[in-house]
Amino acid sequence: MTGDHLLEVRNLSVDFHTAGGTVHAVRNVNWHLGRGETLAILGESGSGKSVSASAIMNLIDCPPGEIVSGEILFEGRDVLKMSQEERRDLNGRRIAMIFQDPLSHLNPVYTVGFQIAEVMTTHGTRKAEARARVLDLLERVGIPEFETKIDAYPHQFSGGQRQRLMIAMALALKPDILIADEPTTALDVTVQAQVLELLEELQQETGMGMLLITHDLGVVAETADRVVVMNSGEIVEAGTARDVYHAPSHPYTKKLIGAVPGAGEMAEPLDTGIKPVLEVNRLSKHYGNFVALDKVSLTVLPGETVAVVGESGSGKSTLAKTLLRLEEATAGEALWEGRDLVTMGQPELFDLRRDIQMVFQDPTQSLNPRMSVHDIVAEAFVIHPQILPKSQWRDRVRELLAHVGLEAAHMSRYPHQFSGGQRQRIAIARALALEPRLIICDEAVSALDVSIQAQVMGLLADLQKEFGLSYLFIAHDLPVVRDFAHRVIVMKNGKIVEQGPVAQIFDAPREDYTRNLIAAGLHPDPDIQAGRRAARLELQGA
Amino acid sequence: MKSFLQKRAVASAISLAGLIVLVFFLSRLTGDPTTLYLPVDASLESREQFRELHGLNDPLIVQFGSYLSDLARLDFGDSIRRSEPALDAVLRAFVWTLQLAVITMSLVTVMAIIVGSLAAFHVGGVFDRIATFFSLIGASAPDFWIAIVAIVLFSVNLGWVPTSGTGTVWHWVLPVAVLFIRPFGLILQVVRGSMITVLSSAYVKTARAKGVRNRAIIFVHGLRNAMLPVITVIGDQAAALLNGAVVVETVFGFPGVGKLMIDSILQRDFTVVLAAIFVTAVAIFIMNIIIDIIYAVLDPRIRY
Repeated sequence: MTGDHLLEVRNLSVDFHTAGGTVHAVRNVNWHLGRGETLAILGESGSGKSVSASAIMNLIDCPPGEIVSGEILFEGRDVLKMSQEERRDLNGRRIAMIFQDPLSHLNPVYTVGFQIAEVMTTHGTRKAEARARVLDLLERVGIPEFETKIDAYPHQFSGGQRQRLMIAMALALKPDILIADEPTTALDVTVQAQVLELLEELQQETGMGMLLITHDLGVVAETADRVVVMNSGEIVEAGTARDVYHAPSHPYTKKLIGAVPGAGEMAEPLDTGIKPVLEVNRLSKHYGNFVALDKVSLTVLPGETVAVVGESGSGKSTLAKTLLRLEEATAGEALWEGRDLVTMGQPELFDLRRDIQMVFQDPTQSLNPRMSVHDIVAEAFVIHPQILPKSQWRDRVRELLAHVGLEAAHMSRYPHQFSGGQRQRIAIARALALEPRLIICDEAVSALDVSIQAQVMGLLADLQKEFGLSYLFIAHDLPVVRDFAHRVIVMKNGKIVEQGPVAQIFDAPREDYTRNLIAAGLHPDPDIQAGRRAARLELQGA
Repeated sequence: MKSFLQKRAVASAISLAGLIVLVFFLSRLTGDPTTLYLPVDASLESREQFRELHGLNDPLIVQFGSYLSDLARLDFGDSIRRSEPALDAVLRAFVWTLQLAVITMSLVTVMAIIVGSLAAFHVGGVFDRIATFFSLIGASAPDFWIAIVAIVLFSVNLGWVPTSGTGTVWHWVLPVAVLFIRPFGLILQVVRGSMITVLSSAYVKTARAKGVRNRAIIFVHGLRNAMLPVITVIGDQAAALLNGAVVVETVFGFPGVGKLMIDSILQRDFTVVLAAIFVTAVAIFIMNIIIDIIYAVLDPRIRY
């Protein structure tokens, strides 16, 4: 075995010395990668899945990081024993890396042409030659109008294009290894499929080895030959993607696979005879000439979950903001029990805020870091003092926390002392404090790990049963919607393209757009995904 | 961009007009100039003659009216103390101040950027600690004290440089050095802080993964992004210098606009005070527009 692999990580242990004590980020990690091969490292946040890649790229700051033990053999040589200059020379030339959020990973003040050429000029290519090569690369990764776009800045590209730019940058010098750290997590499903496809084509052209770091079993199924599953800094399972999915041996892997959404029973539609709690008619929102929301009409029944799905720019978040009156509608109405909440005055709106609450995507940002959990939840009572006398606030907060699975002892703590899933529970408790009848969830579970996601979805479902809540559930993640919604609304460019009961949308979509959206989703089973891919390629060929 | 400049020019003109009105009336409230200009035992007649000559007998509103019509022709009138147009005296002094400000701020900017960036690259390192220590001392030491100590040490005791005045390059050393210290300390801290944030950003990680050399990471990828907040502070400090470094100019007998302004206020030489305020205000408005343009040049996302 020894020395056979292009890249081999042996017994790698990395610690981080923080103010709160030493964190063992990875312990005794072993894996290897050969030419033309794709290895996926699968794990949830905090599993240490990115740490070995950062160690390879010399991206770990020491201190606070410390490489405690192990070797990283590239072509048989331990990179950890190389000089800084030798390691710098490997980066970008022999081993390249792309990251999750391409906008923040591209320098905003330099043209993309400069940034791609820089990889080459840094490693000795002449400027004129580099620019010619950049044009080839931009064409290869599919940037339209690349001759002019070479002098554009990162903010002038779409999310998918930016990731293509990152790929062009990484592959400029035809590296032997490409490390892709959650390369498609921030992208829409259809764009994700295109980017993964591009990566695969390029891998076939160059024969590079690819290390793919992801939390998404679907991405693993689509791309990986082998997979390493990590949990709390340790590898719990390794094998071919197919074996690991079909015959997981470690309980953690089993749990992870079990938590993947999109496999459960779909909900039956509610009786349409009930009077809707919210009725939106021809709601529009224009920003200058740009139509963000174009005559959108929908209803929400009591106790119903209506999911709004669509890609970025479809107008789904604008819909939520307009209904919450965070944005003023340009035209149309939204009737809450017959009263139009789009036009109502501030005092009336203030009362109505009790009935309609919201839960946002990122609980880290939507909770005030300087307020204790008690203060966050009880703020609702401060704003609406007629609900509850002050003497009962503590008891009520305790009760609300119990509803969302948190303990009374958590009341005096601050948001940073909780995990992502717990924070979203706090946000839900805050929304429940006013006993609302409708909760608008804007990507409420998108930032959470799958296992946490499953728990929060379960919680939302329980609360719906208990309190008869309605949800307007805005999401881009179709499997989650499939498991959770009664009805689904598909949006594109500010318009509703299709709506219907969940089973109809998923099993018999009528519109091509919906069909494509569903087809672009990745299935966690490598066999099913291989079938889907074949079907998709056939469709493209035809 | 063009409409932005027009808007800024109009806004600047309005502020300037307000300033002129305010200063004119406030300066008249400080007292009767004749008690200051004429000998204590000057006769009532000669006082009256002086008032008549300089238009001080007219109602305030008339004085203001004639002042405005003169101003429209950029005629600030003659200095009461000096027998020359006020604007000439101010412009002559302003050229001195401008040179002092440009030399000082150029040195401050270059030095603060280099030292601050290097300090940020190894936060908590020896270089960072030394730079931070001295910049904090520099930012907090009062300049009149530094000026006097510097004169005592370098001019009186060591005799290396002249104590005051102008004439040779050596005359510039102490004023520039003393004016350098405080903005240097302050801007160094801003550069350092801004650079620390930028160096931990995602695009710097990308640059490291590309194999970009440390020097280019700091001065190509880091600096341009880190400069935005720094530019604001540089503008603020430069404005203070353009106003005339009153204390330092006085201590070193430097014939700048700050010294001229203080002298004229003490002598109730209103025409000079007004001309000085007008000239420095115009200079500061121009500088602020230049700073806005620099923003747009540094960051392509900023467009006016």
